[in-house]
Amino acid sequence: MREMIVSELTQATQELIREFARFLPRLMVMLIVVLVGWVIAYLVKWVLRSFLRLIRFDKLSEGAGATQLLNKAALPSSTELVSRFAFWTAWLGFILVGVSALGILGLQEYVTRFFVFLPRLLVALIFLFIGLLAASFFSRAALLWAVNTDMPSPRLLSSAARVLITVFTASAVFEELGLADSTMLLAFAIVLGAVMLGLAIAFGLGGQDLARRFLEARFAHERKEGKEKEDELSPL
Amino acid sequence: MAEESILTDEFLRQLINVGEADILVGVPTYNNAATVGQVVQTIRAGLLKYFPRERAVIINPDGGSRDQTPDLVRGASINDLEATSDLQALRTLHSISAEYPGGASTGAALRTILAAADLLRVSACAVVSPESTTLEPEWIERLLRPVYQGNFDFVTPLYRRHKFDGLLMRNLVYPMTRAFYGKRVREPYASEFAFSGPLGSHFLAQEIWVHEVGRSGTEIALTISAITGGFRLAQTFLGVKPHLDARSADLVAAMRQTVGALFWSLEPNFSLWSSSHDSQPVPTLGTAPEVTLEPLRVNRKRLYEMFRSGVAELEPVLKSILPPPTLSELQRIAALGEADFCYGDELWARTVYEFAASYHKAVISRDHIVQALAPLYRGRAFTFLVENREASGEEVEQNIENFCLTCERLKPSLVELWNGKK
Repeated sequence: MREMIVSELTQATQELIREFARFLPRLMVMLIVVLVGWVIAYLVKWVLRSFLRLIRFDKLSEGAGATQLLNKAALPSSTELVSRFAFWTAWLGFILVGVSALGILGLQEYVTRFFVFLPRLLVALIFLFIGLLAASFFSRAALLWAVNTDMPSPRLLSSAARVLITVFTASAVFEELGLADSTMLLAFAIVLGAVMLGLAIAFGLGGQDLARRFLEARFAHERKEGKEKEDELSPL
Repeated sequence: MAEESILTDEFLRQLINVGEADILVGVPTYNNAATVGQVVQTIRAGLLKYFPRERAVIINPDGGSRDQTPDLVRGASINDLEATSDLQALRTLHSISAEYPGGASTGAALRTILAAADLLRVSACAVVSPESTTLEPEWIERLLRPVYQGNFDFVTPLYRRHKFDGLLMRNLVYPMTRAFYGKRVREPYASEFAFSGPLGSHFLAQEIWVHEVGRSGTEIALTISAITGGFRLAQTFLGVKPHLDARSADLVAAMRQTVGALFWSLEPNFSLWSSSHDSQPVPTLGTAPEVTLEPLRVNRKRLYEMFRSGVAELEPVLKSILPPPTLSELQRIAALGEADFCYGDELWARTVYEFAASYHKAVISRDHIVQALAPLYRGRAFTFLVENREASGEEVEQNIENFCLTCERLKPSLVELWNGKK
């Protein structure tokens, strides 16, 4: 009986050692892949950062208003953000390749799915970045236009432009990610409908005074022009 | 040749028929049917009267008018002017009208005129606005003679203006151009000016044509190019400043064309303007212009209110352009009542310099920076109108001179901002 137990234990231990011996090279391969991946990812980051600095990407980003957005979100500069993103994407890719080298069946499927999903994630992030830039640019353009043409409530107009573009961006991002397509479509339709209805109510009811003042200013101005014409001063 | 690629086949064919010329007058047009006929007639009268022995040509690059402007130009060119007067050309006087490609833009029209002048090897070239209803034949002589005699390369106009006319020119464009580039050119953004053949070739070789200033605001870019190129400048008194059409009253468009182009010019010319500290007068020909003083009905209150609402509504935009002390000062004066309000010389000069530095650093879209200056300019214009309400012509001129000196004195602060030392 005792011999039997010892024999079983020895066999189990030998089996464990054999399994470990079989697993150890895979683990080492994984570690090497991860390590080499880190070096490659770091090189990618360094090359990309140098290139972006060369083309003055931060200045472009400042001009488009992206830097202010990043500052507000306590994020680093655009160049740093893009190069860090490239680093993590590349390294994560290598980590997953390393993990798949371990030969664990369940994990391999997830790794494959991740690599299929990666381009969509990248496109979605680009959509998000461009969308936020567009929202910032056009809301500021609307604000400046409204102020310089003496329109009532310039900030309301500017915020409306920002909200509308952000909602469109969010819907495009979620659609690209394939996250709950129908739910997002429905949510988008509800949000857009609510915004439009809200605007209609705001202008129709809440903005009665505003609309009256606006129309009065317009017609009063025209009447005034008819009665006592002011001399036009040419700025140039 | 470069000019051949700028000119259309139709233009080139007509220019080849001309051969060579001594004098060229360019009239860029776009839907100017109301005034262009009279302008071309006056130019012809001026050429026949003052340059009868020279080979002259009138060039009309048109931006695609839909109101028969080119037909009116041709009609004005072949009418019976010579038959009804004693004006006769001893040499040739050609008139050319053709459409330039790329749609209506002042820059494209001016470039066409420059290319034509270069091709015809003219000695002197003048540009006249098709809206100059106050144009007289003498203007052609006053513009072209100093250049044609070889004394000067670039002649800008001096107009008789009302003391409140051209507020942007007096409160920003002239003082700042003078402070930056050290030449006291009163009308750096002129609708009438003249230049020599060599200067025309110099203009054509500039890089401005590939930038936005090569389409809009080209006039001030050419003035700056003449100054920085070290050419001989002069100013000549023409007469009453013509009131251009309603587009000229659009403040934002006017600011884009002048302030935008002026700010843009600072980058390629940094080494020049950062090393000059004062300004020199430019030789002035003819009688000194007078300021007219007849009373005008101006809505000052609207300027004041638009300044106040601009400072309040644009706070997030101004925060990214102006340093906190300047923004606080603007908010302080915006809180003042109409009677106490004053946007003084020093604060206004500092504001413009800080806008110029932010434009250089492109802290936000450059076009937005120029647009954001418009409400602040309205505040400055209000102060100018109030301070000079009872002022004589001499007092107005003295006030403008004082502001110019303030701009020159504060210029080192822009250099510091530019270099990031502030």
